[in-house]
Amino acid sequence: MTTVPMMHAMIVAAILLGLGLTGLLVRRNIMFTLLSIEIMLNGAGLAFIAAAAHWKQADGQVMYLFIITMAAVEVAVGLALVLQMYHHLRTLDLDAASSMKG
Amino acid sequence: MAGFVALVAGRALSKRLVAWIGVGSVAASMVVTLLVAAGYFAHRPPNGVYSQTLWTWIRIGDFAPVIGLHLDALSLVMIVVVTVVAFLIHLFSSTHMENEEGYGRFFAYMNLFVSSMLILVLADNLLLLYLGWEGVGLCSYLLIGFWYRIPANGHAAMKAFIITRVGDAAMAVGLFLIFWSLGTLDISQISQRAPQQWPAGCGLAVAAAALLLGGAVGKSAQLPLQTWLPDAMAGPSPVSALIHAATMVTAGVYLIARMNALFALAPVVQGVIVVIGAATMLLAAFSALAQHDIKRVLAYSTISQIGYMFMALGIGAWGAAILHFASHAFFKALLFLAAGVVIQRLGDEHDMFRMGGLRKQLPLVFWTFLAGALSLSAALPILTAGSYSKDTILTLLHAVPGGKTALAAGLLGVIVTSIYTFRMVFLTFFGPAKMQAERTNRLPESIPLVLLALVAAFGGVAGLAGQNANWPGLVQFVQGGSSVAPAAGEAAISHVALGAIAASWLGLAIAAALYLRRRPAPAGETESALHRLLAAGWGFDALYDRLFVRPWLWIARVNRSDIVDSFYEAIGQATVALHGMMSGSQTGRTRQYATGVALGTILFIALMVLLRFWHS
Repeated sequence: MTTVPMMHAMIVAAILLGLGLTGLLVRRNIMFTLLSIEIMLNGAGLAFIAAAAHWKQADGQVMYLFIITMAAVEVAVGLALVLQMYHHLRTLDLDAASSMKG
Repeated sequence: MAGFVALVAGRALSKRLVAWIGVGSVAASMVVTLLVAAGYFAHRPPNGVYSQTLWTWIRIGDFAPVIGLHLDALSLVMIVVVTVVAFLIHLFSSTHMENEEGYGRFFAYMNLFVSSMLILVLADNLLLLYLGWEGVGLCSYLLIGFWYRIPANGHAAMKAFIITRVGDAAMAVGLFLIFWSLGTLDISQISQRAPQQWPAGCGLAVAAAALLLGGAVGKSAQLPLQTWLPDAMAGPSPVSALIHAATMVTAGVYLIARMNALFALAPVVQGVIVVIGAATMLLAAFSALAQHDIKRVLAYSTISQIGYMFMALGIGAWGAAILHFASHAFFKALLFLAAGVVIQRLGDEHDMFRMGGLRKQLPLVFWTFLAGALSLSAALPILTAGSYSKDTILTLLHAVPGGKTALAAGLLGVIVTSIYTFRMVFLTFFGPAKMQAERTNRLPESIPLVLLALVAAFGGVAGLAGQNANWPGLVQFVQGGSSVAPAAGEAAISHVALGAIAASWLGLAIAAALYLRRRPAPAGETESALHRLLAAGWGFDALYDRLFVRPWLWIARVNRSDIVDSFYEAIGQATVALHGMMSGSQTGRTRQYATGVALGTILFIALMVLLRFWHS
């Protein structure tokens, strides 16, 4: 079994993060915003896994478990917010929810 | 023994009830006072002083002023006069003020005034005295501005308050100085310690005495702070009678009499007091000659009579000053009340030149007013109270070395006093009737008039009858037989007194010649410059206006946008501007926030990386 070099895993992680960030900044639909956040989280998780494999330490994997738990929770809360938002505004456009403009 | 001070706090209820409470509380305090006086005579304490400490006011280090009452001969005379006169005036007001709006307010203020005055008189330390001092000042302000809907009255009230404040500030500094130097504000302790610590005529004693004199001058409307009193006549007549004639304005006299031990250490200040007294007395008397308003004549007359008291104080004869205070309280209250009746019956007419012939229309008022006028002008030998006390002062002036000038001024003052008094009487009560007076006699108004008239007219007789026990006794009773109290019995009929009486009759004759037959035109345009000067009270108002009021207004105008404020306003404006910038960034768009977060993160990471390169 050949091992993947850490650098490759890191590059994939960076690409994932960049994709997620781009999606977050570009998409106006709140569902895609949530998806983008998930992608960014996975990118960060991949970086942890790769680092853990490289240094033969279990800490990174433990951290990934935390991240995945947090992601689940975040999705739950996020979807609830999406429901409420749709309930109030009848749209999923994130820019429409700008009543906090100062 | 001391509880009667607390009796006076009646607040507004129904009109009849207000009258009962207002008059009743003062009547009760008068009764208690008379009982106290009787008790004092029955059991004279060995050192002539009753004192009672009620409770400690505040305690700061070794400075612990107590709420304590101090009753000796001086304060006994004061409280008897104050409560008796106050009771008569309250009784008078119960019908005189009947149709006024704010009847309850009037009695509340009057009661507050009487209680403040009693605190002032009975205080055993200067701080408590100062409390009463400010209390009477406050009541004076409230009552001058009693008819507060007329702006002029409000101005008069403020003027009175501000001008007396000048004196009060001086007095407060005097108190600080005394405490700083002697370590106490207790009056009897000051009187003990001052002669031990300060040699006679040393700088500190002079300064302290001069500062206290400043307070007394402000309160008693003496030169140069006398201008507020004539304007204070804007208040109702009973107020003028009680506060601005009988009691409050003599608080300064009381203060100096009370602190006589201190003033004895400062002969310079005593000389100044004589000069101030004489100058004020003459200036005010001449001013009174030119007034049209009957109450303003009486106001200037009050200033002038207090000038006599100051002259007596200045030569250390404070017993005589208090004697004159007592008789003045009675006859001036009488004159003011009678004038109040005249003004009210004529439908608020103040101008004497439009009155006339009231002798037949208001006989009771005429006779009582005449009694007061005779007393004021000291015309009837010995008979009247004012004559008696004034002659005592003049005789004492004659007795001290170097008092001849003051005596001459005093005699001149007697002539002028007599002229303006009888000018007032002739213009108001003699001659053809010009206005129809409303003829009503109300019992609660008549009783005080008659009683006060009796005291004013026959106080001197009582003095002569009981020469050893009564009036001459008062001088010695108050002063405790100290140095400048000669045998007043003989003195009263000395050649000085004869001179004074002659002077008084001379004044009466002049007034009769000028005003009894010939009736000058009212408020003429033909007034001479001298007349205008006198009528304006020697132009002191204009002088102060130029000297103080206008520069002050000028400074206020220049500095309208306050220099100090501009700094704080700049801070405020900067905050507002920053807030505008910050709130501009709050777009409410989630994606822009996310952009911000991402950019910030990238910036930080880049910074970290760069720093790492920098170090390595």
